[in-house]
Amino acid sequence: MAAKNVNAVVIGAGAGGGIVAKELAEAGLTVLLLERGKWNTPFDDLKDDLRNQRVSVLGAPFGPDDERNPRVVVDAPGRERIVLPSDSEMEYNNNAACVGGGTVSYGAMAWRYMEQDFRMRSTYGSVEGSTLDDWPISYQDLEPYYEKAEWEIGVSGDDSNNIFRAPRKRPLPMPPLPPNREYTILKPAAQRLGFHPFDIPMLRNSVPYGGRVPCMRCRWCVGFACEVNAKNGTQNTVIPKALVTGNCELKTDCMTKEILTDARGRATGVAYYDENDHLQEQTVDIVVVSCGANESARLLLNSKSSLFPNGLGNRYDWVGRNLQGHAYTGACGLFDFEVYDDIGPGASIAICDFNHGNPGLVSGGMLANEFIRLPIEFVGQDQPVVKDWGREHKDFMRQWFKRSIVVYGPVQEMPVFDARVQVDPVVKDHWGIPVCRLSGRRHTNDIHVAEFLSTKAEEWLKEAGAIKTWPQLPDSRLSGGQHQAGTCRMGNDPKTSVVNKDCQVHDVDNLFVIDASVHVTNGGFNPVLTIMANAYRASDILVRNWKGTKFR
Amino acid sequence: MKVKNRLKRREFMWLAASAVAIGSSISCGEVVSPWRSLTTDEADSLASLCNQIIPEDQDLGAASADVVNYIDVQLSSRLKRMKKVYRSGIAQLNDLSFERYGKKFISLSDQQQVEFLTAIDRDKAWKETTLHKFFRIVVDHTMQGFYGDPRHGGNRNRASWAMLNLPYPPIRGRFHGDANATNNSKVS
Repeated sequence: MAAKNVNAVVIGAGAGGGIVAKELAEAGLTVLLLERGKWNTPFDDLKDDLRNQRVSVLGAPFGPDDERNPRVVVDAPGRERIVLPSDSEMEYNNNAACVGGGTVSYGAMAWRYMEQDFRMRSTYGSVEGSTLDDWPISYQDLEPYYEKAEWEIGVSGDDSNNIFRAPRKRPLPMPPLPPNREYTILKPAAQRLGFHPFDIPMLRNSVPYGGRVPCMRCRWCVGFACEVNAKNGTQNTVIPKALVTGNCELKTDCMTKEILTDARGRATGVAYYDENDHLQEQTVDIVVVSCGANESARLLLNSKSSLFPNGLGNRYDWVGRNLQGHAYTGACGLFDFEVYDDIGPGASIAICDFNHGNPGLVSGGMLANEFIRLPIEFVGQDQPVVKDWGREHKDFMRQWFKRSIVVYGPVQEMPVFDARVQVDPVVKDHWGIPVCRLSGRRHTNDIHVAEFLSTKAEEWLKEAGAIKTWPQLPDSRLSGGQHQAGTCRMGNDPKTSVVNKDCQVHDVDNLFVIDASVHVTNGGFNPVLTIMANAYRASDILVRNWKGTKFR
Repeated sequence: MKVKNRLKRREFMWLAASAVAIGSSISCGEVVSPWRSLTTDEADSLASLCNQIIPEDQDLGAASADVVNYIDVQLSSRLKRMKKVYRSGIAQLNDLSFERYGKKFISLSDQQQVEFLTAIDRDKAWKETTLHKFFRIVVDHTMQGFYGDPRHGGNRNRASWAMLNLPYPPIRGRFHGDANATNNSKVS
């Protein structure tokens, strides 16, 4: 059944899609926002230590569900396995599936990438085994939109002491939260070492903002929805704004099957399964894909036709390639005094001294103290030190749970051509749509940088008074996870990228990819603010072009 | 180990009524396990295994903190597919214990149990065996049952959180959530 034509369909109501829907709807386009998950309220979150987006052993409350959403993972020796969202978050490469996407349950760090992060190839040259390249846009192109994201979604923090930050025109709209105990221990230590510590910018209210209250500083933060709605995501900012324009319709529980094209190679609509699993078709003028790096690639690859036998945008086999996330690295330190004060969100202080310019190394990453942790999340930290069960384990927990600090950070990864998302030829999901097939590994450079950063983390912890420290290093398995990016690269050359700098698919004029898929490199930071800024930028261009041509 | 009657009164009445209705088709002589997925013997073996992973001392151990109940609940719901792993794992644990010490696992001394499990966990010869894998699964599930949320059947009275001196703050929304938890079988 064909529904009434709309101007734009935005597929995926996460960090990118939410913003695009709002920007288009406010510009007067009629928008259908399709989301495969549900619209959760803050009260749906049960603050369950075993069922959240970080510890999902009993399921991922913000989706996707195990029953309908398998994926296939191919490991290094080539063995393939079906994995479910709750099996292992790292293997499945999960991000949330709900209105707001990952922004409902994230830790909410709000980083601007640095200037070099957009010019990685120019800064470091070519790296063997990597498709490292520059972005087709610069930091300056994105700066006004970073500012827009910070003010419209709402960021607290203070990065004025970060001498490495890229220039900003306007300060953050909210002051940082008052320091927690880890902050007061780590800050003077960093200063003694000559580092430049500062308050982490976060998409979190420290004062009343956007009609919502400030953070109440509870223990259940990253991985959970905020009970008082103090965490700012697209679900409590731009998506409601999109809906009140009257131009945007949000449909939840709708799984998009494919993007339809005509004989001229233009996108004409989307086919999706509604909440009753009935196949619907929607005719449109433009299609915006914002499903996250795994699912965006999957949707393009599944949209095959005689003109596009390998999927949309995939003429040169670049869709799904260069899957990146972050190789998290750092160290755990034990103290002979209590450092745990039970005040969330925990993560409070960061340094950017090692994002770039590390001698003999390509790239680097930010280091920050880790989010407040629940007991179940501390289990396993003891592995390098003592037996992780029995009396030793129990003594370790009692002695060190409140006397340990973890300093942690994301390594900017080298894109690898063979780290990729494909669609599986055999395995299908609940709706009969071929699922993601993930294969490849991290670049060895990521591990080298991780080793270097972990020594810096140990140095910082020791200076702060840790009596024992040990590194926490990533392995070489395929990256992705919540910070998934890179699978529909943005670039000027259609032979080595999927979308142009306006996020428009090279082959198809009225098809756009607007999420982290387009990131050429993923920065040494949590990527969400960059996704948001780029969504504002791409929407801005899209609206301007729409007013001129309507893409017809 | 003391086993609580895990049927609520209303459920019991309903079951009793059905039993009467079905009449003679149910044999009355059989000993019915009070557990959902485990037999009484299996539950006892598992209790002593879990109690080596989180031993009893001044704070509750795994068994008295209802970790076996947590595992039993999960095996009958979310982890149904692991029921066989538990069944054969527990059997194997007892067989090998018998081979090595002439006794079932549960009858070994505390020291013997630790020695046996340490070998299974750490010795190279054991690394690829199914028993080693089973043991690591039980370690994971024991940690979940001990440190996880009590609403899943373990961590009795938030024993582990009390052990770590972590108060459970009354926060707006928390109780609302807990009230819903009982009928939250639907996956979102």
